[in-house]
Amino acid sequence: MNLLDIFKRRSSAPVARERLQVLLAYERRNRSQPDLVSILREEIMAVIAKHVQIDQDYLQVSMDRGETMSTLEIDIQIPNKSAVPMAMAG
Amino acid sequence: MGKVVVVTSGKGGVGKTTSTAALGAAVAKTGKKVALVDFDVGLRNLDLIMGAERRVVFDLVNVIQGTAKLSQALIRDKRVETLFLLPASQTRDKDALTEEGVGEVIDKLRSVFDYVFCDSPAGIERGAQLAMRFADEAVIVTNPEVSSVRDSDRIIGLLDARTMKAEQGEHIAKHVLVTRYDAARAARGEMLSIDDVLEILSVPLLGIIPESQDVLRASNLGSPVTLSEPLNSAARAYLDAARRLEGEELPVIVPFERKGFLDRLLGRRAA
Repeated sequence: MNLLDIFKRRSSAPVARERLQVLLAYERRNRSQPDLVSILREEIMAVIAKHVQIDQDYLQVSMDRGETMSTLEIDIQIPNKSAVPMAMAG
Repeated sequence: MGKVVVVTSGKGGVGKTTSTAALGAAVAKTGKKVALVDFDVGLRNLDLIMGAERRVVFDLVNVIQGTAKLSQALIRDKRVETLFLLPASQTRDKDALTEEGVGEVIDKLRSVFDYVFCDSPAGIERGAQLAMRFADEAVIVTNPEVSSVRDSDRIIGLLDARTMKAEQGEHIAKHVLVTRYDAARAARGEMLSIDDVLEILSVPLLGIIPESQDVLRASNLGSPVTLSEPLNSAARAYLDAARRLEGEELPVIVPFERKGFLDRLLGRRAA
């Protein structure tokens, strides 16, 4: 086990190369397309704004990508007292 | 018409400014007229690396805003008479640069100089995009390390999309300059190899600059390493890279892991 650890530590470059290749393949694919998360964010914001007034900061959109599927996480905080966020937004 | 070369990287601290100074001085030493333009508005440093920090009177922003002529802002190097520096401003904000203004300055420089080197700020924002906007060629400075290579890939994407040449459907020539290369660490498998970097980025190699104390010393002294210590291994690598930039076909020799006699011998044969 110890020997294996030493071996692993010594050749970290192949790991770096592989991680980069996977990551960059993904990033290059998405480069030509507009940023999906920010488009979703804007459109979700527009839908909410029709009914409730919230500040930009109260909406969190994030994409967690996996091998076979990705998860879209949307976190919207709607304050109970509308006066508070309005004042902060101003 | 001179050639406009942007020296860029995405990531900070990889050696853009040092490389701009070293490559520019190396080209100027051959008698070519060279202008070095610092695009890092607010955080200028090329003047310091060139040892001209006390001679800055006017800067790029002054020229763009019309408060100084280009000829007033250009600082002639004291060591190489065909080498000039156009400093960035220290105080004004980044929005002081306009695309139109930068375009005019680059056009003027292009008509007078053989080479115009644009030292890009770090990042992928406006300043970096303006630095590359009018370039004919790009030198992408990369350290053999994951974050640097990733950022270089981003910058390559920008070069192919946002430069004037790319928008006109022309090809922008790109070269990778690997800096701070530690042969011993690469041999131990601790550092991305040159082949790894080239395979991932698929951009031709301009040169490999070995990690060297002399580069730091040159910066301390305010002199490009190609002028102050031309026989040093890093300086020789820069001199060779400059020759390749000018179109010479010169094989790149990967620095040997064993330092000392054998290394020097191999290095000399390469030079």
